Amino acid sequence: METNAMIDGMECVYAKPHTLTEQPTHYCPGCGHGVVHKALMEVIDELGIGENTVGVAPVGCSVFAYMYMNVDMQEAAHGRASAVATGIRRVLPDRYVFSYQGDGDLAAIGTGETIHTVNRGENILMVFINNGIYGMTGGQMAPTSLAGMITSTTPYGRDTALIGYPLKITELLAQLPGAYYVARHSVHTPNAVRKLKKAFRASFQFQKEKKGTCFIEVVSNCPSGWKMTPLEANEWMEKNMFPYYPIGDIKVPQGMK
Amino acid sequence: MNHIEHESIPKLMKGNEALAESAIRAGMQGYFGYPITPQSEILEYLTEQVPKRSKAVVLQAESEVASINMIYGAAGAGARVMTSSSSPGISLMQEGISYIACSELPCLLVNVQRGGPGLGTIQPSQGDYFQATKGGGHGDYRIVVLAPSSVQEMADFVFDGFRLAEEYRIPAMILADGALGQMMEKVHLPKEGSLPYHDHPWATTGKPVTRERNFITSLHMEPEKMEEINLHLQDKYRRLKKEERFELINTKDADIILVAFGLTARICSKAMNLANEKGLKVGVIRPITLFPFPYETIAKHATLNRIFLAVEMNAGQMVEDVRIGVNGRAPVYFRGRMGGMIPTPEDILLEVEALAEKHNLIHQSTVR
Repeated sequence: METNAMIDGMECVYAKPHTLTEQPTHYCPGCGHGVVHKALMEVIDELGIGENTVGVAPVGCSVFAYMYMNVDMQEAAHGRASAVATGIRRVLPDRYVFSYQGDGDLAAIGTGETIHTVNRGENILMVFINNGIYGMTGGQMAPTSLAGMITSTTPYGRDTALIGYPLKITELLAQLPGAYYVARHSVHTPNAVRKLKKAFRASFQFQKEKKGTCFIEVVSNCPSGWKMTPLEANEWMEKNMFPYYPIGDIKVPQGMK
Repeated sequence: MNHIEHESIPKLMKGNEALAESAIRAGMQGYFGYPITPQSEILEYLTEQVPKRSKAVVLQAESEVASINMIYGAAGAGARVMTSSSSPGISLMQEGISYIACSELPCLLVNVQRGGPGLGTIQPSQGDYFQATKGGGHGDYRIVVLAPSSVQEMADFVFDGFRLAEEYRIPAMILADGALGQMMEKVHLPKEGSLPYHDHPWATTGKPVTRERNFITSLHMEPEKMEEINLHLQDKYRRLKKEERFELINTKDADIILVAFGLTARICSKAMNLANEKGLKVGVIRPITLFPFPYETIAKHATLNRIFLAVEMNAGQMVEDVRIGVNGRAPVYFRGRMGGMIPTPEDILLEVEALAEKHNLIHQSTVR
């Protein structure tokens, strides 16, 4: 049913952005993906740039992002979203281009593309969802899984001596001259969502001004993969993820409020 | 194939440079590539010439994996795009080519082959025939494969490749080799701007309110849908049959038919002349499109008392397609060199003479 039909005859105080389709998402209850999708699409709607925007979906839980985002989209191979976005933006330099990737996609298999895309200062927005786990394939260890974290491939906890440390790729990318604006956000409270939207808004403005790469990490949850209720997952995230992946700006252009 | 307008005054150019120049003249809008011998001149030529002459994007990527995914993105955005590499680099691109084939995006791929397997050598080879013509990556797909045998064709097939890629929404590959890339020859370059652009209503260029969103994907979770996509692709590959191209040299009365593509076909022509001088009736079939492969042309020539000799710079790859075409109606032999070695006309002549003796063709031809 069309969302608008449900509110027929009533005052509309809140509407779904035009840049989201009517398709219900496949995300698990409590998952942050849907909230980030909506925040991103609301910003695109508010800025009125939907007609000039092309998005790139990854492989992972958000592989079907193109089913929900009502803008032109391309589905990339695992890890290659930023290379695909580079190709699009280079031949369509007046369009807004964003990539949307999870931690396995962006920070494991796609690390090379991620670093070089940012290093070239591609004028795109890279959205990075970090929930410390491979959700789509059933909860395996991600590059960002915390030390000691139990996953289906680290059943005794992530042993850093054996398989290395959780990768703070966002801090790493902030070192690169091509990175113009780098920040870490979350979507576990309405206030956090408002801050994320502000970051998205700024990123599209910078993209318009061809300032370089804007990179926004969203520390999120995975109730199914973490084997918790949505509420437990958010509490666990605040207690364990936020200390290692602190929320806030990491690299901000001079003069940005 | 369509007629290509050429410059009347020829130039002396390297194969790789003629190909790169032709890409500019074909209105290429994006090139994404990574250096690898023996094809780096393509990237070098484009990075030097394009900024002076065209608005095209030329980007040296961080890897062949990134290159092919940039091609995916740019082709999906509707641009006329090309990448080039040599054998190990083309191997790295296979995943991306599979995605591009399934998503039905047009693009031109150039493989200036070198000897393998592994890191191999930088000398010429035809060892990637299977990879190019049988799919290369995962899943059931094919790409158009054009095999040039001269610097002229290195230039011309850029136009043919883009045209076929865009007409059929399929990746097209120019399957050359290190010798064709490096050697200098006279070439009449195609005229600039003679390859028209077409609208791509499927491209992701930004969604106006007047149409549904375009999305480019190769993901279809329902097996019924995925089979439908496969059937559609297979139908396209059957339709491509009408684009088959081949060259026949003296095959009409030939007792021995040499089958070879690319550089090896030129060497076979020379061997044919040497054999003809000795009174042996030898002809050459040169498949130009390796996919679609001209099976029926081979079949038509597979008559009684004829023998076939496939010559390749590999361990025997195209010969399998020759056997499919011949279908048991004539003996099929193979002569190949590998690892960057090039067969000489004299090598091939020796093989031809040995076969002629084995099949009593020397006697027949002298009697006639």
